[in-house]
Amino acid sequence: MVVAGALLAVVVAYAVLVPWVAGVDDRVTDYSSARLAPSLENLFGTDSAGRDLFVRIASAIRTSLLVALACALLATVIGVVVGTTAGLAGGWVDRIVMRSTDAVNALPHLLLGIVIVAMFRGSLLAVVLSIALTHWTQVARIIRSEILSLRHRPYIDAAILAGAGRRRVITGHLIPAAAPQALIAVVLLLPHAVWHESTLSFLGFGLPPHEASLGTLLEEARSSLLLGGWWTLAFPAGVLVLTTVCVAVFGTSLRTVLAPPQPSELRL
Amino acid sequence: MTTVRPRPGEEHTRVAVPGTAAVRRRARVSRRGERRRDIARMIGRRLLFMVPVVLLVSLGLFGAAAISPFDPLVGYLGTRYMTTSDADKAIIAEQLGLAEPWYLTWWHWLQSLLSGDLGASRSFQQPVAQVLGERLPWTLLLVGTALAVAIVVALGVGMLAAMRSGGWFDRLVTGACIVIQGTPPFVMALGAIAVGALGMGLFPVAGLTDAGADPTVGQVARHLLLPAAVLAVTQVPWLLLSVRQSMVSSASEDFVAGAVARGVPAPVITRRHILPTSLGPFANVVGVRLPELVVGAVLVEEIFSWPGIAGAIVTSARDLDLALLATLTVGTTLVVLLGSLLADVVVALLDPRVSTDG
Repeated sequence: MVVAGALLAVVVAYAVLVPWVAGVDDRVTDYSSARLAPSLENLFGTDSAGRDLFVRIASAIRTSLLVALACALLATVIGVVVGTTAGLAGGWVDRIVMRSTDAVNALPHLLLGIVIVAMFRGSLLAVVLSIALTHWTQVARIIRSEILSLRHRPYIDAAILAGAGRRRVITGHLIPAAAPQALIAVVLLLPHAVWHESTLSFLGFGLPPHEASLGTLLEEARSSLLLGGWWTLAFPAGVLVLTTVCVAVFGTSLRTVLAPPQPSELRL
Repeated sequence: MTTVRPRPGEEHTRVAVPGTAAVRRRARVSRRGERRRDIARMIGRRLLFMVPVVLLVSLGLFGAAAISPFDPLVGYLGTRYMTTSDADKAIIAEQLGLAEPWYLTWWHWLQSLLSGDLGASRSFQQPVAQVLGERLPWTLLLVGTALAVAIVVALGVGMLAAMRSGGWFDRLVTGACIVIQGTPPFVMALGAIAVGALGMGLFPVAGLTDAGADPTVGQVARHLLLPAAVLAVTQVPWLLLSVRQSMVSSASEDFVAGAVARGVPAPVITRRHILPTSLGPFANVVGVRLPELVVGAVLVEEIFSWPGIAGAIVTSARDLDLALLATLTVGTTLVVLLGSLLADVVVALLDPRVSTDG
């Protein structure tokens, strides 16, 4: 966890500091320095439009992580609302809601993403929506089971006996108790969202090509590769894999720290 | 079944002792019949459930197309859109049925779909049925090969890793799986092209055959290797980690301890005791991963210019070729739902403890 967290911090620092320190617009092209191999001048080389990849990858991670964060947050909010509703309502509401959740979960996510984004091409909102709308199901499932197990804890009964109303119990006790699970969900959704955004942009449905994102960079690498520009693939891909693996490992260890498998309060 | 008539004085023991062979057999037969009925009921329920899902997905597709800023006339006319007069555009729109509200478009599409007419694909300039007929076999070849390879590798390597869990091989395999899980399929495909095709020159970069060559078995097999390998590798980690996990956890169960105590040799324990109980969860994971297999196929076909149906999804979405896109979306959804149902049926048949109400 420490290693993953440290590497993640390095990646984030790189993404935040490099574009700021370099002070150049990463979208400006200069064809006289197109497709230069990595050197001390251009650490990661340049792409086919002569843009320095060291700077461009940094702003690509920034874009991709921000988009992914927006997707993960939105998906988690939807999941928490759906999961809490199902868990608290119970009965037929619960059954219908969870059946629909299963149905959404069974659909091929990327396919729906492609369809949605293709219809509203170049819109960042469409990218975020297409990812969030297909990824809330796991969160809903986790939050529902969390709520179900919390409902019958003695301290909830105590709160009700002490005169707490329905709203007070939900906002004051149930949601805060389920919050760590939601936080873990956000972190674990992040790599998946990075993955989806880069895939959509790679296929040409996401961000426009001049905007740096890990997807648009790799799309550009696809043609540079045939002309011998291995660095246009190696560096963005390496950074992408490093980021997603670190976030995933970090999220998994976060789960063991924040929500260890607890013994029941009744059996203490 | 022959009924054993109890002799006088013996009724009591015959009926009451559950250990009697006849009674035990009768109970087992009825339990097995009940189980079969439960599974049949599950299949029926899940098939019924697919109808509203597919209807809603297609309805959503047409609805989204209607509110999207995209003008279907641009797609239909292409560059001629600039040179066509407004009056002609109105006539064409009328003929194409573009003037009617989107839910009527959907309704007409559904009607002709049920009567067997899939419509015409704009981007391929062919009837949709013909596009499917030409491209589906290549996708089945690619996905079938990849899935078979992935299952064999996952079972083999997963078993080896589980047998020495915690050893260097296990740690190496688990680490590799985590890295592969973090790598999007398109990155892996590009990497494979860079190393295998451009770097070492072992494999062709893309396509089904060399340019202009006939699709002979040798040609296709040579071009199939790289994309199928990439698709297989993208699916292996989930399958492998699940085999490993369930083998490690069933190795610590009582029936294994019992077999060890009886002096059963280790290879027999692995093959006859641990492996069978680990196959149920494995079939389940294969079912759950089906949507991701489709996603992988889309990307691999697109990058390797494989002339299959999954790559056509990207083409039809790019051109907003609604007839083809709707058929492919509904078709893929159906295949995925049917596949996960099949996986659940296999799991229920393999493991009598699994409930069938899911």
